[in-house]
Amino acid sequence: MKSYSELFSELDRTALIPFFMIGDPDYDTGLEIVKTAIDSGADILELGIAFSDPIADGPTIQKAGIRAMRSGMTVKRAIEFIKEVKDYKDIPIGLLMYYNLIYQYGSKEFFEDCCKSGVNSVLVADMNIDNAKEVADLQRSAGLDTVFMVTPNTRSERIERIAAQTNGFIYSVSLLGVTGSREKLSDTVKGLIEKLKGLTDVPVCVGFGISSAEHAVQIARSGADGVIIGSKIVKMIEENLDDKQKMLDQISSFISDVKSALAAI
Amino acid sequence: MKNKGRFGDYGGFYVPEVLIPVLEELEEAFYKYYKDEKFVAELDNLSRNYAGRPTPLYYASRFSEYVGFKVYLKREDLLHGGAHKVNNTLGQGLLAKYMGKTKLIAETGAGQHGLATAMIGALLGMETKIFMGTTDIERQSVNVHKMKLCGAEVIGVEGATGTLKDAINDALRYWTGHVDDTFYLFGTAAGPHPYPTVVRHFQTPIGIEARQQCLDNIGRLPDIIVACVGGGSNAIGIFSAFLEDKDVRLVGVEAGGEGVSTGRHASTLVAGKIGILHGTKSYLLQNQEGQVFDTESISAGLDYPGVGPEHCMLKDIGRAEYVEAEDKDVIKVFDLMCRLEGILPALESSHALAYLMKSKGKLSSDTVVVANLSGRGDKDVGIIESYRKVTKG
Repeated sequence: MKSYSELFSELDRTALIPFFMIGDPDYDTGLEIVKTAIDSGADILELGIAFSDPIADGPTIQKAGIRAMRSGMTVKRAIEFIKEVKDYKDIPIGLLMYYNLIYQYGSKEFFEDCCKSGVNSVLVADMNIDNAKEVADLQRSAGLDTVFMVTPNTRSERIERIAAQTNGFIYSVSLLGVTGSREKLSDTVKGLIEKLKGLTDVPVCVGFGISSAEHAVQIARSGADGVIIGSKIVKMIEENLDDKQKMLDQISSFISDVKSALAAI
Repeated sequence: MKNKGRFGDYGGFYVPEVLIPVLEELEEAFYKYYKDEKFVAELDNLSRNYAGRPTPLYYASRFSEYVGFKVYLKREDLLHGGAHKVNNTLGQGLLAKYMGKTKLIAETGAGQHGLATAMIGALLGMETKIFMGTTDIERQSVNVHKMKLCGAEVIGVEGATGTLKDAINDALRYWTGHVDDTFYLFGTAAGPHPYPTVVRHFQTPIGIEARQQCLDNIGRLPDIIVACVGGGSNAIGIFSAFLEDKDVRLVGVEAGGEGVSTGRHASTLVAGKIGILHGTKSYLLQNQEGQVFDTESISAGLDYPGVGPEHCMLKDIGRAEYVEAEDKDVIKVFDLMCRLEGILPALESSHALAYLMKSKGKLSSDTVVVANLSGRGDKDVGIIESYRKVTKG
């Protein structure tokens, strides 16, 4: 299984990390979409498991979650989905989800099952470094890497504590807010990446609000190791629910464009 | 954070990193001001002269005669705005002002907390936004109008079902993007630390007054305290003063809706399982996988799938007991209270009264019970009429 550190040391450019909600709009189409993303040049996949109350997500990802749940997605099926993706290609996978689903599954068992199915890390959206102990030790002993978030308002003292707990990558949030595509890239992000790079050697991937190849290039030029694009791509699913081929074509060409832009730096 | 905000294993602050600085700021401000002489004096003045504290403890003689034991009502329904909610919104609103915040946001289900926040936003000259589910906006239109009259903007939230939990989700999301100038005035003793502690503190006058009124007027402590529980702020407000009085039974009454066995209810402590929602660990109504249920009750104010963490602890250690009252009994006791006492209780508070109605003949005649009449029922008249039409039709 390919680890984050292997991937980051192999790449001589910024990694491209698209986000998808598992089972959006349904299991089979979702799988096709993810395979298309892999074929178009995704380096790492960030995958979400739908939750009834996603407090860190904007409208686009909320709707994706509702579509996934309505099509019958469950945590157990999500793990099956991941296995199928890994059978297709050995690509690193980070999960992004909410704590209650993990807690009800049984945290230890959940992380072990994740690791077995080929997941590299599980980022718990409604946890922070102060209560991360509840999951971080279990994640490590299950064989997962840890990923934690840093936001533009995180103080340096906390960033150092977060970095010390992180062996996957730091998920750096580009702005104060929830997920969702934005026209303009936040102007705080460059300073944040530079600050993180000054404080830690842990890889830094940047997400939230990144919506174009141009944004991705700006993030890459600021020194990020990876760029995470979610809502912009998920919106392409939402807008083409009645035309699957168009949906796949749009996603494929967007990911290819961003990838070429990153490769050209 | 200075402390972990735990009540036993419950509570805590399960929130994204982005909310930590603002919760730390709130915690720091709360501990700085809650005993501060100037803050306490200002809050005390507003509580008396704006909100109408202290509230009376009223001996409901005809209702007592009906049930066969002594029932006293703590009249929070007489407060400005018509419910205990103003105790909390005055306290947190003032805290926001002392912190230099200029904008308020709040969630609301029935609209009582939204209204109480809109009032305080007007009073303190703060721009106020109220997040409310679109379903709730429809069924609580009077409160929506009142909020707008006080100058608040009411933001409709679609979410999955357009009810209270969706409103909280969206208020949290909005706050994440506006942490610099905005204060989130949370409505109940739940949510991430420090809210359960903050809300409890501002609701303690209910219990402190009631305890002293019992000693002064009856000459002894009551045998039973009963209060309705949604998130649990009015209940913790009255329970808190009696926790050390081991002989006083504390009873919380949850919304039994159409009956716990039907699945259409909001009896979190009675029928829930431990989980994590809206930043706190508590009992939770959820499916086996952990997806949170939508609740059902005739009283929108109790329609919440989680519950305050301190109530979870009080249940586990056996200090308080939690039961449910079904819609049909709530309606029955609402009528009874109107006819016997000329008091229109809120449907939420009627849950506490339903417990007393069902205790008829089961308690000795010298038993003294204090029920927290947390709000008045004017807002519910339309709901009761349509409930009657449906059940008769």
